[in-house]
Order: sequence, then C-alpha cells, then structure tokens
Amino acid sequence: MPVELAERDRALLSGAEGEASALAMRIVVEMAGVMGADRLIDVASAHVDSCLYHGLAGLDFAERLAAGGARVTVPTTLNVGYLDLLHPDLNRGDPQATANARRQMDLYAAMGARPTWTCAPYQLPERPAFGQHVAWAESNAIAFCNSVLGARTNRYGDFLDVCAAITGRVPFAGLHRDEERRARLVLRLDGVPERLLGGDVLYPVLGHLLGHEAGSAVAAIAGLPPDTSEDRLKAIGAAGASSGSVAMFHVVGVTPEAPTLEAATGGVPVPEVVVTLDRLRAARDELSTAAGERLGAVSVGTPHASLAELERLVGLVALNPPRVPFFVNTGRDVLAEAASRDLLGQLEAAGVRIVTDTCTYLAPIMGEIDGPVMTDSGKWAWYAPGNIGVDVVFGALEECVGSAAAGRVVHDETLWGPDA
Amino acid sequence: MPEARTLVPGEATGEVLVLSQPLSFWGGIDPATGDVIDVHHHQRGENVAGKILVMPGGRGSSSSSSVLAEAIRAGTAPAAILLLEPDPIVALGAIVARELYGITVPVVVGDAGGRRVRVRATTDAALIERA
Repeated sequence: MPVELAERDRALLSGAEGEASALAMRIVVEMAGVMGADRLIDVASAHVDSCLYHGLAGLDFAERLAAGGARVTVPTTLNVGYLDLLHPDLNRGDPQATANARRQMDLYAAMGARPTWTCAPYQLPERPAFGQHVAWAESNAIAFCNSVLGARTNRYGDFLDVCAAITGRVPFAGLHRDEERRARLVLRLDGVPERLLGGDVLYPVLGHLLGHEAGSAVAAIAGLPPDTSEDRLKAIGAAGASSGSVAMFHVVGVTPEAPTLEAATGGVPVPEVVVTLDRLRAARDELSTAAGERLGAVSVGTPHASLAELERLVGLVALNPPRVPFFVNTGRDVLAEAASRDLLGQLEAAGVRIVTDTCTYLAPIMGEIDGPVMTDSGKWAWYAPGNIGVDVVFGALEECVGSAAAGRVVHDETLWGPDA
Repeated sequence: MPEARTLVPGEATGEVLVLSQPLSFWGGIDPATGDVIDVHHHQRGENVAGKILVMPGGRGSSSSSSVLAEAIRAGTAPAAILLLEPDPIVALGAIVARELYGITVPVVVGDAGGRRVRVRATTDAALIERA
C-alpha cells in the first residue's frame, strides 16, 4: 500500500531541510510500509532510547545524523544511557566503550533533546495528555504512556524514535488507531488474597504473567483495587514488556480507557484467563534463577524509582541498614527532588548507592559481586542474568531490605499466604 | 507454500535455524558473537550468525533494533530473518544497517519449509525456496 505524504514530508525527503532530515524521513516512510500505514501523522513529543550505547552501529547512526545537521523539532526527552554521568566513579566499562557511550549521549543532547537520562519520563512534570499522539521508545515507558496516561504511541524502536523527533511524524498505524487499543483478552484475578493485592510485590509478578499470556496483544486486567497506584501500574507494564511485548494493557476501573470491561473490549467477547494465587506463585518463582541463602547485592529501582518509592525505601533502610552492596536506580530529576527533601542524605547515611542516568542491569556498574543479586523488579530479574551474568533472586522490597540487613536471602512467605 | 510478505528487501541463502519462542535481540543476542544469551530462552547457546533465522516474533525491548544493526555491522547477524508475525522493531534494525553500511539482511513475514533455503525479497514479492 503506498504511503500518502504531505507536502512537507516530500520536502524533507528531498533534502530541503538537510541530509539528516532526509535520512530520518526516508526511514519513517519505509517503516510506514512495514507497519501497513497509508499516511503519516504529527506527534506532540518524543522519548528517545537511541542514546543508549550497544556498540558502534548506534554511535555511527548518531554521527551520521549529527553530520547532517539533525535537530529535534518536537519536545524530546532522552532515555538512560550506558553511563552514570552524575556518579562517574560507578562506570566500570572498558575505556573505549565508555568514550563511545559518552560521545553517543552528547550527540543526542546536542540535537536539542533534553538530557533527562531516565527510563521513567512519565515521572517528569510535563507528560503527554490523554489522547495525544507521541513517539516513545523504551518498552516500559511505552506501556505506561498508552495504558496509564492514555496517550498514544507504538513500540518505537531505537532509530525510529529519533527519526520521529526530527521529522515530527510517525506512521498512522497500530496503537495510534482507536480499534487497535481494545483488549483482545482479559486476565481475571480470582481468589487473590487482599493482603497480596495491597502489597507492591504482586504487581511485577502479575506483569510477568501478563507478558506470557498476552504476548503483544492488548489485555485487560480485572480484579485490581480501584486505587492501584501509578508505581504499581509501572511495575506491571515493565515486567509485561520484558517477558512479552506488551505495549498497552487496561486495568478495569483504574486506567483511563477502561472504566468498565466493556469499554476496554469495545463490547466484543474476548477469551478469559483466570489468575489464581497458585499461578501467581508459579510466575513469581520463574523470576528467580538462584535458590538458597547466598546474597551478593541488592538492586532496586527498575524502572527508575519514583519519589514515593524512594520515600518508602528510606523508611525501610533507616531501620535496617544493608550489610551487602545495595543499589537504587533513579532519574536525575527525581534525585534532585529527593535531595531537596533530605531523602538523599538518609539513603546515603544508610549506605545505599544511588545510580542515575543508567541502570545496574545494562552497564557494568555493580562491579564484582559475590553471590546472587536480589531485586524487587520483574524487569531487572528478567534481563540481568543474560546482560550482566548474575544470578537473581526476586522478592518484595521488604524482603530485599531485610535480606540486605541480614547478609543472606530471607523470604517472607506470609506475603503470599491466604488472608488471616 | 503460504504467501510471504517483504518487510525489508534483499537476498540470502543459508541453513535454517528455527526459534521455538519469540526473542528480544536486546538481552537475547550477544552482538559480538551472535550467541543466544537470553537465560529464559529454550535455545540459549545457539548461534544466529549467517543463519536463515525463523522466529515467531520479537519480544520486549525497543533496543532490539540497535542490537540487530550492531550484529549486522559486526558480521554476527542472521543472513535473513523470517518472522511468523510481523515485528517492526526487527525490520527497523535491518533498514538502518542498510542505510549505514550498505549490508542487506532481508526480513520477511513467512516460514522456511526446509533446512536450507534461499530468500529473495523485493518490495513487490517475497520468495522462500529450498536450496
């Protein structure tokens, strides 16, 4: 199907605004064909993941864009990079990779994108409005943007994200279209104890199960409390976009396009998956690659911790300071806010190491660790063993802090038991 | 043979490697070697370099396009990728590698139907035949 182009699209293609815009528009148009779109639409903003170094190809692309005079034309935030620019002593990569990664980050900032360096751009003050079309990369941010904000983005991969930011255009396909946003299946919680529903630990596990059940399909989840917080929705999306390709989910009575199940599905009958406590326990167990008591370190804050999550962590570690290396990842804007409220001082006093601008599972931040790493993140648990070669133990934040204080893995099975 | 659809044009011939599960290139493939490193994947330890890679689809990360482009640059990528379900992020990595390095890795929606196949994909049609 040929893609219908506007006059400005054709001008960009012909190089009227420079070589970088022409390259960016060429890629947007070819991807429109791949995605089956018949036209392009404007986006209001972009979140770009292309700044994260994975080898020379990403750097070469950034150099090509920069040499062609690339500038972003819509408000653009930047995802994590390979380096913690605020805490450079944490970067333990080889010098060449470090230099390349730094160059790549600098090139994107120089194109006019904001150096936010966070995978949780939805925690920044300016965020997309309901119904707005945007171009976001970073799988957890994509899921949050569609599901929780009700703004509209596809799973934009590295390269296309910045092409959209430069041209201000994306293919009109997928989740930009009303009909593609409807739930194709429902996950219904059945007999899940109130105590588990009221704790953070349920949500990454539910997301992990969602990824397996939904794959890339939009699903609706029924049976969660109406006051389910944004942090818990973040945890669902991040895990679901790791074990699956979840780009959008509904939570009935919680997320904006699902006041009712009928609204989420468009009234069409859909298959139902029953989520029991046993299934949740099995999903939880899939997130650990190690058993036993050995503990090398703890890492929390994936995706980047919110202010509320840092506050909760402060309350726990103040009473129970860690005896093993304990890392928390967060965004630099959230960190600045935490510093102004003296949360930062309390975390540092308890011995917690703060990581910004990057994440402990994608760069050699943690150094030599003697034993498995414990985390409360479904996404960290999914990726870290392959990425950084550690064994992982999944647990609730309280279990992570308690284990770090004990110097060994301590689980609290009552979190997963029936209501008393 | 069911109809195949071209996502990224090109030609390649090679041994077929069929993945039984979706794979995210980021966190799933080491671009330095082409090895499958995803600890959750049944075929961890297989190598995709030079293969006609048949996969149900992608998974997860939006960085997979970068990792595929890097693997193509490094010579560790599959010779062609056959997807059972279209995945724009996979196509994107191949498109950008062609723009940067002039190396084509065809990406086609279709199945192999043989242990060694030739893929010929143009913008108009895609042909997958035993070789």
